[in-house]
Amino acid sequence: MLESLWFYLIATLFVGFFFLEGFDFGVGMLTPFLGKSDTQRRVLINTIGPFWDGNEVWLITAGGAMFAAFPNWYATLFSGFYMALFLMLVALIGRGVSFEFRSKLDNPKWRTTWDWIIFFGSLLPPLLWGVALANLMRGVPIDQNMNYVGSFWDLISFYSVMAGVSIVLLFLLHGALFLSLKTEGELRDRVRALALRIGPLTSAVLLIFVVLSYFETDMFTGKGINPGSVPILAGFALLSVHFFLKAGRDGWAFIMTGATITLSTITVFMCLYPNVMISSLNPEWSLTIYNASSNAYTLKVMTIVALTMVPIVIAYQAWNYWVFRKRVSMNDHLDY
Amino acid sequence: MEALDLARWQFGITTVYHFLFVPLSVGLAYLIAFMQTMYVTKNDEKYKQLAKFWGRLFLLNFAVGVVTGIMQEFQFGMNWADYSRFVGAVFGGPLAVEALVSFFLESTFLGIWIFGWDRLSKKMHLASIWLVAIAATLSALWILSANSFMQEPVGYEIVNGRAEMTSFFALLGNKQLWVEFPHVIYGALATGALFVTGISAYKIVRKQQVDLFKTSFSIGIVVALISSILTATAGHTQSQHLMSSQPMKMAAAEALWNTSGESAPWTVIASIDPEAQKNGFQIEIPYALSILSYNKLTGSVPGILELQAQYEQLYGPGDYIPPVRTTFWSFRIMVGSGMLMILLALFGTWAMIRKRLEQYRTFLKLMIAAIALPFIANSSGWIMTEVGRQPWIVFGLQKTEEGVSPLVSSGMVATSLIGFTIIYGVLAAVFIYLVVHYTRKGVETDEAHDISSSEKIHTTAI
Repeated sequence: MLESLWFYLIATLFVGFFFLEGFDFGVGMLTPFLGKSDTQRRVLINTIGPFWDGNEVWLITAGGAMFAAFPNWYATLFSGFYMALFLMLVALIGRGVSFEFRSKLDNPKWRTTWDWIIFFGSLLPPLLWGVALANLMRGVPIDQNMNYVGSFWDLISFYSVMAGVSIVLLFLLHGALFLSLKTEGELRDRVRALALRIGPLTSAVLLIFVVLSYFETDMFTGKGINPGSVPILAGFALLSVHFFLKAGRDGWAFIMTGATITLSTITVFMCLYPNVMISSLNPEWSLTIYNASSNAYTLKVMTIVALTMVPIVIAYQAWNYWVFRKRVSMNDHLDY
Repeated sequence: MEALDLARWQFGITTVYHFLFVPLSVGLAYLIAFMQTMYVTKNDEKYKQLAKFWGRLFLLNFAVGVVTGIMQEFQFGMNWADYSRFVGAVFGGPLAVEALVSFFLESTFLGIWIFGWDRLSKKMHLASIWLVAIAATLSALWILSANSFMQEPVGYEIVNGRAEMTSFFALLGNKQLWVEFPHVIYGALATGALFVTGISAYKIVRKQQVDLFKTSFSIGIVVALISSILTATAGHTQSQHLMSSQPMKMAAAEALWNTSGESAPWTVIASIDPEAQKNGFQIEIPYALSILSYNKLTGSVPGILELQAQYEQLYGPGDYIPPVRTTFWSFRIMVGSGMLMILLALFGTWAMIRKRLEQYRTFLKLMIAAIALPFIANSSGWIMTEVGRQPWIVFGLQKTEEGVSPLVSSGMVATSLIGFTIIYGVLAAVFIYLVVHYTRKGVETDEAHDISSSEKIHTTAI
């Protein structure tokens, strides 16, 4: 019972992370290409300025929650996907300081260097999360002691890279739509044109990924919870982005990529349930919410804390978005 | 080297590095919150300019602290998987609560503070920096409650070979936590304060914006004096607690091989021979260790060899002696740096009250160098705490060698160790470069607000 609740809570934290950090990863990837001048690049970075750090805490909380609620899941995943996580940490470290450092000196070379660190720092994590999720869905070699016995290269396959590319494209689109709400003038026109072009490509790649999943995983055999219409709704949400954009309803378009991200994440977690790490060697050796979890008392305490705090966090983060709701203009005082 | 040794080095390097930035963030947050409070209540622009100047340095520091903190949380699972499985049900709790209760608050309101100068009312904006400071302090509380469990496990039972939490409030009421937390927070305040006095001294020595920086020096020196004295007294309380909870750590910190007589002398320095398990040359102060340990002239302090024999009976055969040299010297470096900080702060406060600060140029130059002292003290304090707990990762429950990830190869750990070390090194260089750059630039006064080249600000400032 509490194990299931914590499974959903961790799914919620990942939804929060992908939804929120998704667009700031997208903005980070788009900045060197969309910003034609240094001021434009600063405008782009400043659109996510007040938000990105708070967004990233969703990931940190997800990590902490896994540690507390499912220590075996945390231990197996983090030690098993060691090199992938190392790369992700390098990306997040570089990206995080770049926002702070980039505009502190006037030197163009200095700024370009940090812009590219922001680019790669925003590209690598979604790519790696895609690879990780694909492997979670398909199963990885785990022995009877819950240890991952494969190598880094075992995680890399056409399927897992496709998952990574799908997430990168989805976040690019999500980021572009966020920018269409936060920029103005010529910059915004170019952002919207770009979103109209990435949209169909994203839909096509995601469709290929779903078809591949059908062959590569047991997701559709109904071992977990049948996701029913959730993935179909995710697909429709993504397709609707194009029409909302054409109709000039950018806000709705952004909500729709958000819905795609949310519903896809929910689908993955539903299909996985009650497994958390599937062993490709022997189904008996898979980690489930039962053999990976903490004791009942820990889960109970954590439940009280989480159910109290998550709504409060959502409330003040929403307030943050409200305070900085205005579009960022080239004439504004730019902090980053 | 084996994966175990590499993982230890990586943990040591990345944690000490992370903790160079954390105390400065905590300490500076309060100092800036104070300056901004002065601005809001007195409506004096000077304090706004100061809050912005120190705020800029604070943000550079905070950024490095945050990104190196993510690494800390992931590292347990990556390199210490068996430790994570063993203690996750206890140790993971405070980490998750830290993220939920503190880190969200800190990160969100920091963003609001950075970008909110013109968007929020003065009071709301002031509230946001106070929230950052308080959240950062609470962060420390949660993380230290996890660390205290490693030092002194409470509120758990062992079920099926792993530790399970039985009382969350026992974790929070851990005696070790309540001697460790004040020591760390006072130390953080002292770190922020010596950073402020050091940089202010640099500007005063160079005769740049002297009035402004005398103001921040005064704030800094008073905080430095109070907090460094409090750090020392809290440290004293902590070592008395350790006498009962981790006597081996204290014995190693004193290089006391054999149990002392009825009154224990304190060893100032010693040449330690861990192989022969004795000290060659040593300088002692009679009675001092008894006073330090028990606040009285008598009281025997147990020695390393006797404790080793005791632990063998308790935990089975094995080597329970931590690296004595490292524990001994890191303790002395910490205490020595702390004492210097107190002396400097005393003199600085006196000079400030007598309004003679600018006359003591040598002292001011010393204060610039003294920026290093709290960082040395913080690092050596943690080295003493963590090295002195060895061979245990969780005292009495699990040894460090049993906690390592069994299937993460030495090649992988070597890669990440080298990778992080290089990146952290580059970050440190960039950080210091930017701090120096902004220190030279000085406080942006209103006339200089829109001028970007540092030379122009320089002239207006003078």
